[in-house]
Amino acid sequence: MPLSAQPPVDAGAAIGASLQVALLCTVFAAPLAIAGGWLLARRRFFGKALVSAALFAPMVLPPVVTGLLLLEVFGHDGPLGGALAMLGVSIPFTRAAAVIAALVVGMPLFVMAARAAFEGVDRSYDEVSATLGERPWRTFIRVTLPLAWPGLVAGAVLMFARSLGEFGATIVLAGNSGETRTIAIALYSLLDRPGDASETRILVGASLAISLATLVAYEWLNRRQRRRLELDE
Amino acid sequence: MSETFSLALEFSRLRRTISISSAARRIAVVGPSGVGKTTVLRAVAGLASDGTGTIHVLGESWQDSATGHRVPAWLRGVGWVPQDARLFPHATVAENLRWSPRGTDGGADGGADRGAEVIEALELGGLLERMPKSLSGGERQRVALGRALLSSPRLLLLDEPFAALDAALHARVRSWLARRIAALRIPILLASHDPADIAALAEHVHPLE
Repeated sequence: MPLSAQPPVDAGAAIGASLQVALLCTVFAAPLAIAGGWLLARRRFFGKALVSAALFAPMVLPPVVTGLLLLEVFGHDGPLGGALAMLGVSIPFTRAAAVIAALVVGMPLFVMAARAAFEGVDRSYDEVSATLGERPWRTFIRVTLPLAWPGLVAGAVLMFARSLGEFGATIVLAGNSGETRTIAIALYSLLDRPGDASETRILVGASLAISLATLVAYEWLNRRQRRRLELDE
Repeated sequence: MSETFSLALEFSRLRRTISISSAARRIAVVGPSGVGKTTVLRAVAGLASDGTGTIHVLGESWQDSATGHRVPAWLRGVGWVPQDARLFPHATVAENLRWSPRGTDGGADGGADRGAEVIEALELGGLLERMPKSLSGGERQRVALGRALLSSPRLLLLDEPFAALDAALHARVRSWLARRIAALRIPILLASHDPADIAALAEHVHPLE
């Protein structure tokens, strides 16, 4: 699609789209990242190295490559895309595609933070809870999760910040339409339109403000996590 | 089976086999540091351990590695007092004491009174709303003991339970615990260095060397 054929950039809509995509992908990633981080921190299982590599691959792969692979999976001929097409659902080039792209690219940060948070929780607390008669899932809810909580929230914040700026995988899977135009993609569109300097300034400013605010929140949560684990002993 | 307690475990990490078998209800395992006293207590509690073999307690089989049988920790009903207390750091003293779902609050058996008695005897009354962070080592150890006692244990596993207590309190708590154990007929397995603790609490001494 030639750039000139695209609708004009609406900075407010792009900021809203970015926030929505980042929030949704972080919320959807949370159960997966918590489960993945817990498994990597606490369990030994066959193929662990492979699972870990697959989870972290999107962090080192060029995002465009991740986008192309996602297009293979969610395209109409892909394994998931084909099944969804039969249900009348098409993912590519929609807001949902932007969420999926940001989820896959951003989740490794969440998983890594969750893993570190669970590794930081001494197992002897779980053991005491078990001897007191609490089943493993109850101990997870009452001991492991609350002790890891600030670290998990920090991971979510980090993923949120990363997802806000997701570009490479998003432009491949979600494209550049009004619906999928997040801050990063809107800025890319504006590169070709020197006339819209004010929109560019708004988007850059918003990007800086949101990113810095999330990183400050991340630092604060990290410090809280460390204090929480120093409580005993 | 007449034994209260019979255990035969091989620990590959310690490169040794430990067997304890006794009809006594109150057993002390003694021996130098690093000999495996804590390891034995952990194995009986059902916690992660590399011990393979058999554990029988009070006529029940808790572990039989030959058949793969292993009763999980949360079904064993032990009161474990770890050496370093391990109070839940995000919970108040009162919440720590009430942690166990086997606990004695609200039951028809006068559980609330037992809770009050434990809190009074361990001198925890003034600490209930405090967080573990703000407690001294001796206070933590008393809370850990109270938490184990209030879980209606069928067996107490005490790992140097008074090590952090000052002398006067140590003597008071020890004599109260000895009376209580005798009154409730709770079997115990005690790991200790202290001859006075062993004399007050145990009827059978099992040396590990």
